[in-house]
Amino acid sequence: MPAGPTPVAGADEPAVRTLELTKHYGAAVALSGLSMVVPPGEVFGFLGPNGSGKTTAVKLLLGLTRPTGGEAWVLGRRAGDRETRSRVGYLPELFRYQAWLSAREVLALHCELAEVERSDWPAQISDALSTVGLAGHADARVETFSKGMQQRLGLGVALLGDPRLVILDEPTSALDPVGRADTRAIIRRLRDRGCAVFLNSHLLGEVEQVCDRVAIVSNGRVLATGGLDELLGTGGVRMRLTGVTDAVRAALARRGAVNEHDGWVIVDGVHADTVPDLVAELVTGGARVYAVEPVRQTLEERFLALLSAEERRWQR
Amino acid sequence: MAALTIARLTIREAARRRLLLALAILTLIVIGLTGWGFQHLTTLTTRDGTPIPASELRLATSQVLVLVEFMFSAVLALSAVVVASPSISSEVESGVALAILARPVSRYQVVVGKWLGFAALIVVYVGATTALELLVVAFTTNYVPPGPVGLGGYLAAEGIVVMSLALVLSTWLSGMTAGVIALVLFFVAWIGGIAGAIGEVFGNAGIANAGTVSQLLLPTDALWRGSVYELEPVLYRDVLGATTERAGNPFFVQSPPSVAFMVWTACWVVLIMSLAVWNFRRREV
Repeated sequence: MPAGPTPVAGADEPAVRTLELTKHYGAAVALSGLSMVVPPGEVFGFLGPNGSGKTTAVKLLLGLTRPTGGEAWVLGRRAGDRETRSRVGYLPELFRYQAWLSAREVLALHCELAEVERSDWPAQISDALSTVGLAGHADARVETFSKGMQQRLGLGVALLGDPRLVILDEPTSALDPVGRADTRAIIRRLRDRGCAVFLNSHLLGEVEQVCDRVAIVSNGRVLATGGLDELLGTGGVRMRLTGVTDAVRAALARRGAVNEHDGWVIVDGVHADTVPDLVAELVTGGARVYAVEPVRQTLEERFLALLSAEERRWQR
Repeated sequence: MAALTIARLTIREAARRRLLLALAILTLIVIGLTGWGFQHLTTLTTRDGTPIPASELRLATSQVLVLVEFMFSAVLALSAVVVASPSISSEVESGVALAILARPVSRYQVVVGKWLGFAALIVVYVGATTALELLVVAFTTNYVPPGPVGLGGYLAAEGIVVMSLALVLSTWLSGMTAGVIALVLFFVAWIGGIAGAIGEVFGNAGIANAGTVSQLLLPTDALWRGSVYELEPVLYRDVLGATTERAGNPFFVQSPPSVAFMVWTACWVVLIMSLAVWNFRRREV
């Protein structure tokens, strides 16, 4: 059995660490040997198609369900540790709150359960309500809320108690575009104050916009993990240029294969760090540069490629 | 104290969902109607038009009161089952439990909190209805049963036992199934108690033992018999107790449950709640 991290949760402890975490429901394998590390303060995207084991992983981290094998630590302690749960915020995929309470009362209930100092309740509740855009509905009963408002309330609940890790399971499934943008802003604010965010999602755009690192999972296994640049690669740059002289062509050719498409000059194999040097060289060569954009594989392309490779592997 | 938070939440839910209001209104109506009935009992006459003797009036009043309290105990048991049997399973199925259990809350605190909340509701309901009903009876007929406090105690204990049964079933079955099973067991225990009383009077050890076993497995009927004991006039116990007419009569009891039985009942509740906690801790949400 591998030794776990020290039981005292310091600021430098990984927010999440799992080792060969496995969960079976009878013969069905929900999670198969999940190993990952989420550093503190990082926004980590857990990306996978429906049924890939994302929610199972979250439930294991929170101690809501027991692993069949492997181990998990949250904020330096065993997953499910009672004390650690006071520093973890959670928005479930199946978000339901007491319909007969008001939004303010639901938040007060969670302040009490999260052992927040009673003197801090008014400020925390007020902050949560305004952050998720429910300040005007604080005293309305949850049963009168739309699904989107209930998901916003769930997000507010997850923010209570100054958490060091917030786990969001498909946090924008019921939200409109404004709500999605608000959620992204909330995630960024959490990162700014040093709170790690574990974002479970199958929405690639959402993950691409806010996550520092991503794990792509399928059939309960991690197919790939890393920073977005690492995962998606840097395919090159595309530029809008005029005044393309021989010197400019030569400078471009030295960097990689050059193609032209729809008015863009596309140069393969250019790393983002070398783009300023390339632009300077082109300008020196007489070119006028109107636009420069990185060209890389989209997350969707990478995601689909990985899933397709995984499918082929299973078929073999 | 997360258990107390859950207990308060349980009580608040009963109030917000208007359960308490509905029960209060219906109970007041029923008590009003029984008051009207008891008032008319005092005007009963014999065939020659003379008022019935005071001893017969007391007997009639006590018997009608036993029936009224039987109705209250049945309402209490059914309500306890209806409210407690879906209390945990429905929260797990709907997802409400996810957000609660992700907090620093132990499973046992959820179970104990719900039990405390329901038990408090039962005690308040029994206390209020019993006090009001007995006041109405005393006011209309001057009859005061020998053990009003004991009556409330036995009724509340019966409600708590059946609620505990529904709660333990709720930790692993759907609300509907748990409710049906709890009700079937409740009525089987009632019939078992009657059969046991018949066996006892006629000296049939097999049937009497079966009744005792059913009372040990689910103590509701024995507790109901404790309530009856506290309601009937002392003289009535002495007279009817010597006859075989008491056989199988669920509305007559010659002696209250023993101290040992009450200790067993307390142990039964602790065992059942331990089972509920153990079961809920194993349940994956």
